Amino acid sequence: MKRILTTTVAASALALMIGMASTNVQAEQLDPNAKPGGEIVITYKDDVATLDPAIGYDWQNWSMIKSLFDGLMDYEAGTTTLRPDMAESYEISPDGQTFTFKLRKGVKFHNGREMTAEDVKYSIERVVNPATQSPGQGFFGSIKGYEEAAAGKADGLSGITVVDPLTVKFELTRPDATFLHVMAINFSHVVPKEEVEKYGADFGKHPVGTGAFKLAEWTLGQRVVFEKNPDYWNTGLPYLNKITFEIGQEPIVALLRLQKGEIDVPGDGIPPAKFQEVMSDPAQKARVVEGGQLHTGYVTMNVNIPPFDNVKVRQAVNMAINKDRIVQLINNRAVPANQPLPPSMPGYAKDYKGYPYDAAKAKELLAEAGHADGFETDLYVMNTDPNPRIAQGIQQDLAAIGIKANIQALAQANVIAAGGEKEGAPMIWSGGMAWIADFPDPSNFYGPILGCGGAVPGGWNWSWYCNEDLDKKAAEADSIVDPAKADERYKMWSDIYVKIMEDAPWAPVFNEQRFTMKSPRMGGADNLYVDPVHIPVNYDHVYVNDVQ
Amino acid sequence: MIAYLCRRLFQSLLILLGISIITFALLYLLPADPVRQIAGRSATPATVESIRRQLGLDQPFLVQYGRYLWNLVQGDLGRSYIQRSEVSELIVARLPATLLLMVGAIVCELLIGLTMGLLAAVRRGSATDQSLMVASFVGVSAPQFVVGLLLLYVFAVRLNWFPIGGYGTFSHLILPSLTVGILGAGWYARMMRSSMIDVLRQDYIRTARAKGLARATVLIRHALPNAILPIVAMIGIDVGILMGGIVVVESVFGWPGIGQLVWQAIQRVDIPIIMGVTLVSAFAIVLGNLLADIVAPFIDPRIKLR
Repeated sequence: MKRILTTTVAASALALMIGMASTNVQAEQLDPNAKPGGEIVITYKDDVATLDPAIGYDWQNWSMIKSLFDGLMDYEAGTTTLRPDMAESYEISPDGQTFTFKLRKGVKFHNGREMTAEDVKYSIERVVNPATQSPGQGFFGSIKGYEEAAAGKADGLSGITVVDPLTVKFELTRPDATFLHVMAINFSHVVPKEEVEKYGADFGKHPVGTGAFKLAEWTLGQRVVFEKNPDYWNTGLPYLNKITFEIGQEPIVALLRLQKGEIDVPGDGIPPAKFQEVMSDPAQKARVVEGGQLHTGYVTMNVNIPPFDNVKVRQAVNMAINKDRIVQLINNRAVPANQPLPPSMPGYAKDYKGYPYDAAKAKELLAEAGHADGFETDLYVMNTDPNPRIAQGIQQDLAAIGIKANIQALAQANVIAAGGEKEGAPMIWSGGMAWIADFPDPSNFYGPILGCGGAVPGGWNWSWYCNEDLDKKAAEADSIVDPAKADERYKMWSDIYVKIMEDAPWAPVFNEQRFTMKSPRMGGADNLYVDPVHIPVNYDHVYVNDVQ
Repeated sequence: MIAYLCRRLFQSLLILLGISIITFALLYLLPADPVRQIAGRSATPATVESIRRQLGLDQPFLVQYGRYLWNLVQGDLGRSYIQRSEVSELIVARLPATLLLMVGAIVCELLIGLTMGLLAAVRRGSATDQSLMVASFVGVSAPQFVVGLLLLYVFAVRLNWFPIGGYGTFSHLILPSLTVGILGAGWYARMMRSSMIDVLRQDYIRTARAKGLARATVLIRHALPNAILPIVAMIGIDVGILMGGIVVVESVFGWPGIGQLVWQAIQRVDIPIIMGVTLVSAFAIVLGNLLADIVAPFIDPRIKLR
C-alpha cells in the first residue's frame, strides 16, 4: 500500500560484505561540518498514527520511530549499507541458520534502564504474538518456533535464546539471506517491557526507546515534539536539540510557509500542482534534493483472464506502452522502467533492454495471438490524481494497437479487492498502491507480488502469475547466506526477474523519483534528504547552519 | 410544553439511533476491510483470521451492532484501526478548536450578513441592494476551499496581516472564521433583507415615521429588533450548515478540529473515526435544532409549541 516504507540504494555493495567471523565496528560516522544545537520545524498533513515500532507501518511514522528506537542492525546514514547498530558485532554460522549478536554495553532506554538481550527477545516475541496485531509479524517467519508463537500456541519463540545479558542467539528453520535486513526494520526495534505493560495499547502514544531523540510533547492534532536524548549511546548524535512536527498542514500551505522561512521541511513534499513552478524557479529549485526510490509502477495482466492467458498478448501490451510519454504526464517525476526491480536495487539487470516501444510489432504479436482486430478489456486504476491521467495515457497507447481498455477508476480498497480475486481485474495500473520495498533486497519484490504465495485470494499478486520453477529458484537464492557469495545471489535474482519479463505478467512503466525540499539553513549531505530508509529526512544526522 | 419537549426528545433519540445504524453500516458497505488494514500487506490468511476473531468482526451484523450500541451508550466510540487510539479521546482533544471556530464563524456571519441585509432592505431596489444580493449569492455559492485559499494567499502570504494557518491566538482565528462565515453570511443577508422589508411594511413603523422620529431611530429602535428576532432563532439550525463548511476550512487552515480529523480519516478510510465524528456532529445538529425550536416561542410569541 502507499503508506509503506520507501528505500533507495545509494551504495551498490550491500551489507553482507561484513565477514562471517565476528567483526568490531565503530559507532556511526560524524560529519565534521555539523554544529550541534538548534531546532527545526517539519510539517505534515496527517496525524501521526502511532509511534509503536511494532505497529507503525506508514512512511510518515517509519522514520520518526527510527529516531526514537534502535535495532540490532541499521544502515549507514543516507545509504543502504547495513551496519551493526545496537549490536557491537555478530556471527553467522556456516550453515546460515544461526545468527549470534553481541550487544553494546551501556545502552540505556529513555527511562534510564539499561537495555539487555532479554529486551531484544521480548520485543520480537511481542511483534509475533497475535495479541499485538502487528503488521510486521510475517517478517520473522524464518525464526524457529514462529508457527506456534504466531498462532498463539506458544508464549515465545523457541529460536531466540538469551545467552548472557549482552548476547542473543537466533536459530532459523532455513538459511535466510535477508535476516540481517529483518533485524534492521522497525518491527525488530527494542522496547522496554515495563513501559509497554504500563501503557498497554497506548504505548504508541507514549513511546520509550533507546533512540537519538525522545518524545517531549504530543498534542493531539497539533504537534509532536522530539527532544535530544542527552544519554544517547552514539556519542555526538543527534545534532539537533529539538524537532517540532506540526500536524494538519496542507502541502500547499506548507510550501507557502517554507517560502516565508517559517518551516524547514514540508514533510509531504512538493504538491504536484506547484511542482513545475518550484522547479522552474532557480532559487527554489536549489533547495530541492532529488533521489531514487525503491519503487516500480506497473500494469498487471491477469493470466487467468483471456486473452491475457496468452503470453503474446502480454508482450504486445508491453510493447504498446509509450513510457517516456507517461513519465512526461507526471512532470518527469519518474524514470521509465523495463523490469520489476528499480535500478538502484541490487540485482537490477543492467544489461536487460526490456521490450522496446514498438506499436507495429505489438500489433503483429496480437495478430499472431489471434486478435488481429484487437479486443475489449478493463483497466482498473485508483481514482486519485495522477493515476486516472496515467491510465488514460495507457488507454490511448493500447487503442493504437486495437485494444479497447475501459478505465475503472475506483477507491484504493476496491482496486486492491478486485486484484485479489482470481478473475477480478484483467488489468490494473498499480499507481498509488504499488509495491515499495520494505528493505533493499531483491527478494522483497518477488514473493507477495510475483510468486505463487501471493497468487491467492486477497493476495497482492494481481497478475496471478505463478511459476513454480521460479519459486524454487527464489528459495535457492535466499538460502545463500554467505556474504562472499552475495554477487552470485544477486545474479540469480537478476535471472529470475528477466525470466519473469519473458512471461510478461507485468508491463513495468516507471520508477518514481523522490523530491525533498528544505529551508536554506538546513545542513548535511544531500543523501540525508533522500535517505533510503528515512522519509523525508534522516532526523539523527541533519543539522542547521545558523547555530552559534 | 412539557409534552412537546418529551416528544421532541424522543424523536431526537430516534434520529440518533437511525444515524448510528447508518454509520455502523458503513463498516459493511465500505470496501476497506479493517482487519486487512491492521494486518498489513504481508499478513498470512491465518493472521488475518486471528485478528478478525480478536476484534469480534467474525460475529453476525446484529451482534456487532448490539455491542457497538452498548459501548456507545457508555460513551465508548471504539478504537481507530489506523491511529490505534480511542476515537473519543481523539474527538475530545479536537472539540474545543471546532467549537471556537463555530463561535467565530457565527459572529462573522451575523455581523456581515445582518449588516448586508439591513443595508439592502433600506435601499431596496437600488444598485446597492442589487450588488449586495449578488455578493451574497457569490458568498453562498463560492467553494469554501477556494475562498479559504484566496483569503490565505492575500491576507496572510501577501499582506502578512495574519499567520499562514495554524491555531493558538486570536489572529489565527480570524481568517478561518471569515471563510466559514461568508457562506452563512449570504444566507443571513437574504433572510435579514426579507425580514426587514416585512417589518418596514408594518403599520407601527409608519406610525413611528408619522410622529416625526428620525429615520435612523425608526430603523434601529423599532424595526431592527423585530426583524432580527426570527433570524436569531435560526442559529441553532445553522449548526448543520456550519459543520459541512468546517470540514473543508479546517483542512485548509490547519485548524486542529474534528473537521480536519474526519477529512484525514476519510482519506485513510479510518472507519471508526468517520463513524465517531458523524455521530458527534449529528448529535450537535439534532441538539441545535431542538434548541432552536425551544427558543423560538420565547423570541417570537406568535410561535406556539404543540
